[in-house]
Amino acid sequence: MFKDKFKAIIIGGSAGSFQVVVRLLAELDEKMDIPIILCLHRLKHVRNGFVEALSIKSKRPIVEPLDKEKIRKGVVYLAPANYHLYVELGNQFAISTDEMVNNSRPAIDLTFDTASYVYKEKALGIILSGANRDGAWGMKRLKERGGYTLVQDPEECTINTMTTAALNITQIDQVLKTDDIIRFLNKELC
Amino acid sequence: MIEDIEINDLRLLTQLVKEKYDYDFSNYAISSFKRRLLRILEIYKFDTFDKLMVKLRNEPSFFKEFLSEITVNVTEMFRDPSMWRELRDKILPTLFQSHESVKIWHAGCSSGEEVYSMAIMLKENGWLDKAKIFATDIDHSILSKAKEGKYAVKNMHELNDKNYFRFGGKSQLSDYYKIEGQNILMDKKLVSNITYMEHNLAGGIAFTKVDLILCRNVLIYFNQNLQNDVFKLLHQSLFNYGYLIVGSKETLVWCDIASKFITVNNEEKIFKKIRD
Ligand SMILES: C[S@@+](CC[C@H](N)C(=O)[O-])C[C@H]1O[C@@H](n2cnc3c(N)ncnc32)[C@H](O)[C@@H]1O
Repeated sequence: MFKDKFKAIIIGGSAGSFQVVVRLLAELDEKMDIPIILCLHRLKHVRNGFVEALSIKSKRPIVEPLDKEKIRKGVVYLAPANYHLYVELGNQFAISTDEMVNNSRPAIDLTFDTASYVYKEKALGIILSGANRDGAWGMKRLKERGGYTLVQDPEECTINTMTTAALNITQIDQVLKTDDIIRFLNKELC
Repeated sequence: MIEDIEINDLRLLTQLVKEKYDYDFSNYAISSFKRRLLRILEIYKFDTFDKLMVKLRNEPSFFKEFLSEITVNVTEMFRDPSMWRELRDKILPTLFQSHESVKIWHAGCSSGEEVYSMAIMLKENGWLDKAKIFATDIDHSILSKAKEGKYAVKNMHELNDKNYFRFGGKSQLSDYYKIEGQNILMDKKLVSNITYMEHNLAGGIAFTKVDLILCRNVLIYFNQNLQNDVFKLLHQSLFNYGYLIVGSKETLVWCDIASKFITVNNEEKIFKKIRD
């Protein structure tokens, strides 16, 4: 149904999202030849280790992009510690040390806002488990710009504050458990 | 509330600012610049973009505030402790061994935390008197803050003390400041070798020749064209075999002058100039 429709998958998560992301990266079909952009809350002062931990089971390469790095298909990008990650016009990333948003840097809201500005209806946003409200506004923007929205089922989330916040302010397209997110993406995007 | 700014409006604004105030923001990175503009609209409660334009056109005194708000000043002491360790253990020993005095330039020093970190590290290693530090920024008011050396107690405890500890300094950060109510005041003895100056990296004018440049988390606010130009300017401002350190997620490898540098430490983004 959505084959070739999307240019990027943008995923936001916080507490309780790590295992879900690991599963997505392990089980998403390699034929899905688009960038996956991860904005996950993380310790500000720990620069190393996260990429390595996510990489163990991932089928795709994972990198923390450098400022103005080109966005490539099939690569997973992780927002670096203590920086906001923006998608910039011209198919590249930009980073920023701007004030924290929702007590977070990287803030999911900002990655989603900038990504949806660039990708418009070709953005697919996913919000996973988490303990604050970051990402809700970003999802709203993504939806307003015609993107497709998907939220992890709050019932399945370790902490469902984030998913609930997203659901409260936006008419979300799909609410799914991890298994079904994987099934859905593998079926519809490949 | 305005939720987005049209590219065309951005263009009009940067044109106006260039013509009227001679500051060129046309090559700032768009997402960040837009975000800062939206923030200004919110702070000043402008409900249309035009109101900002009118104010910029008619009130020159407002431009100073604009300049302060459009730039991102967030900074820390001993940001990236491992970079400071590398500087202390590898880079500076070689520089001080071969030079009578070492010139250091903090380009985009913001409120001065990075500069105080440098002064503290130099002092702890007996280098402070042999160093000459220049600290510059485009934003006049943030430079006054830097000179004042007055910071919120809260930030000291939650951020800076911890960074200093991770860096592995020789004493405690609190030895270098005294607490005054909600603020701390940095020890003025640290800053006798420091010259603060206004300088616009986007203005195209080289500064002075130095042995070490720290330009961290500044170029991320520029697009690649401007980065390219500023890297040239930084290259010009370095003596041969001088060092350039950028932020931990920045690189110069995509720029024209890349071949005139070698990478000394890729993890900490330390580069060395090897030819003119
Ligand atoms: C995020 S702070 C970086 C502070 C410090 N170097 C650090 O890494 O923590 C960025 C600073 O760059 C300054 N800046 C922005 N544009 C500039 C320009 N064109 N020339 C000089 N400084 C500029 C801003 O005023 C701001 O203080």
